Amino acid sequence: MARVLLNVPPRAKRGEIVEIKTLIAHPMETGYRLDNAGGSIPRDIISLFVCTYNGEEIFRAELFPAIAANPFLAFFTTATESGEIVFTWTNDHGQTQTETRPITVE
Amino acid sequence: MKLLLAGVVSLIATATCAAEITPEARRSGYDFAAAATRAMQDDDTANPGMLWVLQGETLWGTKAGAAEQSCADCHGDARSSMKGVAARYPAFDLALARPLDLEQRINQCRTAHQRAEALVWESADLSALTAFVAHQSRGLPIAARSDPELGPAIDLGRSLFQRREGQLNLSCSQCHDDNWGKRLAGNVIPQGHPTGFPLYRLEWQSLGSLQRRLRNCMNGVRAEPFEYGAPKAVALELFLMERARGMPIETPAVRP
Repeated sequence: MARVLLNVPPRAKRGEIVEIKTLIAHPMETGYRLDNAGGSIPRDIISLFVCTYNGEEIFRAELFPAIAANPFLAFFTTATESGEIVFTWTNDHGQTQTETRPITVE
Repeated sequence: MKLLLAGVVSLIATATCAAEITPEARRSGYDFAAAATRAMQDDDTANPGMLWVLQGETLWGTKAGAAEQSCADCHGDARSSMKGVAARYPAFDLALARPLDLEQRINQCRTAHQRAEALVWESADLSALTAFVAHQSRGLPIAARSDPELGPAIDLGRSLFQRREGQLNLSCSQCHDDNWGKRLAGNVIPQGHPTGFPLYRLEWQSLGSLQRRLRNCMNGVRAEPFEYGAPKAVALELFLMERARGMPIETPAVRP
């Protein structure tokens, strides 16, 4: 499991616009680099990030080899009701990592 | 006569400029970084260095080596036991009769007490453990010990800092004492205070040690870099910490 740093406000007022920040440890290896022996280092990137709020998709990003290691994504959403925000990162091999954070809307 | 006087004054001004930076004029590399880079460092959920700190926290509690001991088994909660430790390194090791930096101290502990293999320089695990330990000193002033044993190493470090070297024939001091704040190509030259190591360098796209940074600079002046862990490298680290005495630790810092 890759290490992840997530910033989701635990509480928000109904209708408030909140910022969500995500950071995941990943080398984002482009596939264009060579190792010390001259062989190519195989491509290994996170190609898709999806965020859902109570099952509804609120943010989606496709990532490409030009994106730096440890991709940081920040975005905004409107706090509508209490529930769960689910983050899913998918790599080139179809492996996924999922993290969940609760949010309480008052 | 006036012209001559002006000439003398400017000569004196140049001479003063070449001296060491006064304590009041010292500035961390943070102050020279772009606003976006500073914002990244300030927010623990946006600072990629915190990923290493998190990993280091896991390693702190993981048993290793033939002794089946974790760091926490001896040192307990790092939040109290490691507070201020990084601010005092490199420190003199009586048994080895030479100064050790924080990475070397961690490896020393691993081989002597955990009876585990030493971690490789710049490996993810060593960077993570060092970052975790140094993070416990964030905000505390650098306070290298004033052990008399450290004197010769500090002097060696100072002479290395002031000595010209490499094909470009430049000393550390010529950039970081005399010309800080000016630009080298597109980049602002900082004063070279090691306040945030190990730090996340955007150019590296990873966390790296002070020794890695020193090697970068030495490559830059086309000099042969020190081997990792070489006594000269530790002496230079020690001098830099002495030079930055009193400045707060920022680990993990973010720099361009």
